[in-house]
Amino acid sequence: MRYSGLRVIKEALTGHKGWTPQWRNPEAKKHYDVIIIGGGGHGLATAYYLAKVHGVTNVAVLEKGYIGGGNVGRNTTIIRSNYLLDGNEPFYELSLKLWENLEQDFNYNAMVSQRGILNLFHTDAQRDAARRRGNAMILNGSDAELLDQDGVRAMYPFMDFENARFPIKGGLLHRRGGTVRHDAVAWGYARGADMRGVDIIQNCEVTGFKIEDGKCLGVETTKGFIGANKVASCVAGSSSRVMEKAGMRLPIESHVLQAFVSEGLKPLIDGVITFGAGHFYVSQSDKGGLVFGGDLDMYNTYAQRGNLPVVEDVIESGMALIPSLGRVRLLRGWGGVMDMSMDGSPFIDKTHIDGLYFNGGWCYGGFKATPASGWCYAHLLATGNSHEVATEYRLDRFKRGYAIDEKGVGPQPNLH
Amino acid sequence: MIINHPILGPRDAQEFTYLGDASLIERPDPQAENADETFHDYVYLRDNPAGEHQELWYHEQGDRSWLVVTRNTLTHEITDVQLARDAARARGRSK
Ligand SMILES: Cc1cc2nc3c(=O)[nH]c(=O)nc-3n(C[C@H](O)[C@H](O)[C@H](O)COP(=O)(O)OP(=O)(O)OC[C@H]3O[C@@H](n4cnc5c(N)ncnc54)[C@H](O)[C@@H]3O)c2cc1C
Repeated sequence: MRYSGLRVIKEALTGHKGWTPQWRNPEAKKHYDVIIIGGGGHGLATAYYLAKVHGVTNVAVLEKGYIGGGNVGRNTTIIRSNYLLDGNEPFYELSLKLWENLEQDFNYNAMVSQRGILNLFHTDAQRDAARRRGNAMILNGSDAELLDQDGVRAMYPFMDFENARFPIKGGLLHRRGGTVRHDAVAWGYARGADMRGVDIIQNCEVTGFKIEDGKCLGVETTKGFIGANKVASCVAGSSSRVMEKAGMRLPIESHVLQAFVSEGLKPLIDGVITFGAGHFYVSQSDKGGLVFGGDLDMYNTYAQRGNLPVVEDVIESGMALIPSLGRVRLLRGWGGVMDMSMDGSPFIDKTHIDGLYFNGGWCYGGFKATPASGWCYAHLLATGNSHEVATEYRLDRFKRGYAIDEKGVGPQPNLH
Repeated sequence: MIINHPILGPRDAQEFTYLGDASLIERPDPQAENADETFHDYVYLRDNPAGEHQELWYHEQGDRSWLVVTRNTLTHEITDVQLARDAARARGRSK
């Protein structure tokens, strides 16, 4: 069924009796051309582009829980193309371009809202870094504007500009960045993939691989063995746990990131603001809640919940930036487990096992990457070659000395 | 989380910074033939288990000792804490 404004009116007038389920709930077949493990944003996007762009439709997405129950439904929904390094920026620029056309492409309202992202700076050195980053962005076809203090004041007059320790000197504005309705991204891709014949199998956990003579022949699951020509892991925070079953050790640690939402407020923040002197970023959802977050809890964990010290740190940073937050009441907080890689950048690659592919290491920036990750993973699965904007995302890059370390902090996953 | 420091007793985890897997104690032999390979694995690859994990914590805001903490990454339960010095010696590092 195609969705449109006309359809909404027709259904409204006929008692909403014509809506049908958005995807099927099929039984798994014995064999597929491609099995994708993980029904998060990236897995579903991969299935969608495999079917739509490459015509590969004999595909299953195996999800251990329900689709959209992982990080794709837990993140703070920020999309942006504001990376510094050549290995990254063309990829994220492709992603943002795909976001810009996504809703028309998959005929689903994902509420893509290019409301602008403002990265604040507080020192001269930070201004220099922002200028450099802005130039790198522009060179790669993205957009960036350097604002001085007055420029920032005009946008967000309520911030603490003359804070004694962290005065706001200006900001780097990325107008095409913004937010998206995260669940709708999972649902839109799922529907688009299902429509083209992809089987989405929920409550189906992959528990092992069948590997013979260096070739992957399929996966063991809680619903039995399913064979495949190609198996594509795409399980975000569970990467090490899943790939360990294929005997692989990864350059990844799992960490929890927390996020928070306040009670609904009148419109206050119409874009995304990031604090440059502490770990805090904030936007306002269309329902009015302030959505904000900060840093990792810093230790390895698979528990989808964080601890109180980070809550305190995030709120303190928020108060340093926007003192009026002190009056706001918190509604909810939650955590998601992400795979933090050794250089803060992801992987989209073949493995040393024939027919086994790996996508992961997305850290806390993987939501914005969803369309390009799916696009490039599908390209790799269908053609056997890395997509031109994903050539740096190889598993052996540390061995070759080609880490993509945006922050330059070295192989320490919790610092990226 | 509370870390039961072997010398100072129970301390809030906030006083510590976290480094990572305690296998970092076992630096490979830089003179070995395959040092390239072993250092790559040592620096970049991690077991990253779901369950019991031995890890290095540094008591930055305390006595500045390094500890090896055994902690469950699914429940955050801490079952053992040792001075990294003792753990390293037990693994045959330094004399
Ligand atoms: C609090 C928080 C805030 C964030 N904010 C942002 C942000 O503002 N912007 C941004 O760009 N990114 C953000 N991120 C990061 C982003 O959410 C992730 O990088 C991204 O969603 C990961 O890709 P995914 O959607 O495919 O993951 P997921 O949705 O986690 O998908 C992985 C799926 O694999 C399934 N799975 C795992 N093991 C198995 C198995 N053995 N068998 C079958 N299925 C399995 C899981 O159940 C899960 O559904 C944030 C993350 C968190 C936690």
